[in-house]
Amino acid sequence: MFKHFFNLQWKSFFRAASFKTNLAFKILMIFGALYFMVIFLFLGVGSYYIIEKEGLGNPLLVVNKYMIYYLVMDVYIRYMLQKMPILNIKPLLYLPFKKSQVVSYSLGKTIFSFFNWAHAFFFVPFSIVLIIEGYNPMGVIGWHLGIMALFYCNNFVNIMMNNKDNVFYPLVAFLAVLGVCQYYEWFDITLYTAPIFNIFYDIPWTSLISWGALFGLYVSAFNYFKKNMYLDGGLATKHDIARSEDYTWLNRFGNLGTFLKNDIKLIKRNKRSKTTVIMSFVFIFYGLLFFTGSVEAYNNPVWKIFAGIFVSGGFLFSFGQFVPSWDSSYYPLMMSQNIQYKEYLSSKWYLIIIATIISTILSAFYLYFGWDAYLAVIVGAIYNVGVNSYLVLWGGAYIKTPIDLTSNKKAFGDKQAFNVKTLLLTLPKLLLPILIYGIGHYLINPTAGYIFVALTGVLGFAFKNVVFNKIEKIYKKEKYKTLLAYKQKA
Amino acid sequence: MIYTQNLTKTYGDQTVLNIDSLEIPKGQIFGLVGNNGAGKTTFFSLLLDLIQPTTGKVINNEVQVDISEAWKPFTSAFIDETFLIGYLTPEEYFYFIGELRGQTKADVNELLGNFEDFFHGEILGQKKYLRDLSKGNQKRVGIVASFIGKPQVIILDEPFANLDPTTQIRLKEIIKNLGRDREVTVLVSSHDLIHVTEVCERIVVLNKGEIVKDIQTSKETLKELELFFGG
Repeated sequence: MFKHFFNLQWKSFFRAASFKTNLAFKILMIFGALYFMVIFLFLGVGSYYIIEKEGLGNPLLVVNKYMIYYLVMDVYIRYMLQKMPILNIKPLLYLPFKKSQVVSYSLGKTIFSFFNWAHAFFFVPFSIVLIIEGYNPMGVIGWHLGIMALFYCNNFVNIMMNNKDNVFYPLVAFLAVLGVCQYYEWFDITLYTAPIFNIFYDIPWTSLISWGALFGLYVSAFNYFKKNMYLDGGLATKHDIARSEDYTWLNRFGNLGTFLKNDIKLIKRNKRSKTTVIMSFVFIFYGLLFFTGSVEAYNNPVWKIFAGIFVSGGFLFSFGQFVPSWDSSYYPLMMSQNIQYKEYLSSKWYLIIIATIISTILSAFYLYFGWDAYLAVIVGAIYNVGVNSYLVLWGGAYIKTPIDLTSNKKAFGDKQAFNVKTLLLTLPKLLLPILIYGIGHYLINPTAGYIFVALTGVLGFAFKNVVFNKIEKIYKKEKYKTLLAYKQKA
Repeated sequence: MIYTQNLTKTYGDQTVLNIDSLEIPKGQIFGLVGNNGAGKTTFFSLLLDLIQPTTGKVINNEVQVDISEAWKPFTSAFIDETFLIGYLTPEEYFYFIGELRGQTKADVNELLGNFEDFFHGEILGQKKYLRDLSKGNQKRVGIVASFIGKPQVIILDEPFANLDPTTQIRLKEIIKNLGRDREVTVLVSSHDLIHVTEVCERIVVLNKGEIVKDIQTSKETLKELELFFGG
C-alpha cells in the first residue's frame, strides 16, 4: 500500500510544473538550504563557546531561556511556509485504500519535512559540544530528545492549526507582546518556561513527557483528519459570504475608475493579495534598522536613501512587481475585452502611487530620529513615484508567473521572479538612487544628494506619457507569451 | 463579417489548424463541431487574438485582429472560466463588463432582466463569489456576460457543456433569438450534434485542424454528421 503512496509522491514531486522550469532557481534554492544548514551547524558548534566567551552564563541555561521564542518562531515559520499534507487526498478517497492508511501516510510524510530535520543541524552539534565540555551525557541526551520531540510537536500543532487564522495571529501577537515586555524588563516569561526545558537535563527521563505529548498530538491529529475526511468536512473548500460593493465614488474616473474598483476588490478579497499588503506594511519598519544604527554596516549615509526607498516603496515592490500577474487567472478576458493597456496600467500605477503616499505618511514616526531620517523617506518616495513605479510595471511584463490568488503559496518569492531581465531592472530601482545620492553627498553636501535624487524622481514624473507608451508597447509585444504562461497553472 | 485567409497554426512540427479560407457572413449562426483536438478552441483563440497565427490572417469586420484592436468593442466571447473574475460576485462581474463596454448599470440590469429564466434564481443575489459557484452556474454567468453591450460578434466555446437540460433548452432559444434579426453573428462550438444542428444554420466540421465539411443545416444534417462521426 505504501508503495503506491510513495510512487505517487515521487511522481508528484518530479513532475510538478515548477520542477522542470528553472534549473537556476533550483540551484539557488539548494544553496539557500545549504546556507541555512551551514549557519545552523556553525551555531550548533559555536554557540556554546560564543555564549561562554561573552560571559552570558551557563550555555545550556541560556539556550533554554530563549527556547520558548525559538519554538514559537518555529511555529510561525511553519504556519507561513510548511505545506499541508492533506492537499492531494481527494483522488484517493474512492480508491480501495483504508482511510487510516491515507491519513497515517499523509501525517507520516510530514515527519521528513525540512522544517523538522533542519533543527537537528543545530541541536546535534550543540549536544555533542555539551558532552565534550563535560556535561552529564545522560542529561544531555535526555534534553536533546526532549527538545527534538517538542519541535515535532510543533509539526502537528501546525497541522491542526492550519488555516485557523483567528487562533494563530492572536497567539503570535500575544507572544510578541511578551517579547517586548521581556526586552523592557517588565515581565519575563522565560523565568517560567526555562525551568521546563532545564528539567529535561536535570531529570533525563522527563523527556518522555514531551514524547508523550508528541504521541498525543499525533493521535489527535490523526483522529481529527480521519473524522474530517469528507468532501463537505475537512476537505471542503471554504466559501466566503460575498457582498456586492459599488464604490460609486470611483465612477468619476471613467474607465480608470472601473479598473481601480476591480483592483480594490482584488486586494480585499484574496488571501495572497492581503498577505502582500501586510508585507508592505512591515516594510515601513525596515528603516528602523538603519536609523537606529542597530546594524553597523548600515551606518554609511548612502544607506539612508536605500532605507527611504524601501520604507515608502513596500507596496510598490511587493504588489507592483507582480503586475500583471495579479490578473493572471482571467487574463484572456482582459485581452479580449475592450481594454486599452494604457488605462489598465494607469490603474495599477495609481494604486502604487496612492500606496506610496500612504506609506510615506504612516512613516512620519521617523521624525523621531530627526528630520534627516524622514527626509530620506520623502526623497525615497519621490524617487519611487517618479522612477520606480515605471520600472516595476516594466519589469512585470517579463514576470510571467501565474498567481493563485486564493493561496499564500509562493508569496515569499518565486522562481520566475528571478530572471535576468528583472534582475537588471532592480539595479536602477535601488542602486541608481544610492549612486545619485552618493554623488551629491560626496561632491557637494548631503542636502545636494537629497535634491539630486528628488529631482530625478520629478524628472521621471514629467516623462510619464512617454514612458507609459514605451511600457505599453512592451506589454503588447509580450502579450502572447504572457497568455501562454498564465495557461500553465503552477 | 469574419473572414480568414490561409490560416494555420503550428506547434513545433505539429499543425493544429490549417484553414484555407473561411467566410462567415453577418448575422449567421455558425456552428463548429469536431472531436477533441480538432482545433475548435485554437480557431476561436485566433479569432480573439489570444494566440498568434503561424501564417494567414483573421479579418473581423474589416479589422485584422492581430494588428488593430478595433474589433474588441463589437466582439465578445466566453471560452472558459479564464473569462471570469473569481473574486467578484456575478452582479459585480456583469457591471464590470458593462462598464468596459460603455453600458450603464441600468442598461445592464435591463439586459439581465431578460435572463431571469436562464438564471433560474441561482445567480443573482446569492452572496457568492464567482469562484464559489458550480461549473454550470459559472457558465451561465459567462454566457450572459458575453451578451452585454450589444456585440455584433459573439463567440461561445462549448456553451452547452455542463449546463442542466432546462438551461440547455433555454440557451438554444436565446441563441436562435439572437439570429432572428440578422444583426448578430454567433459562433458556437459543441460536441453535441443535436444541439448544433438545432441551433446553427451552418455547420463546419473540423478534423485534425482542417475543414472536412461545410454544411447548410437541413433535415438531413444530423444524420450526415452522425454518419461522419460514427464511421
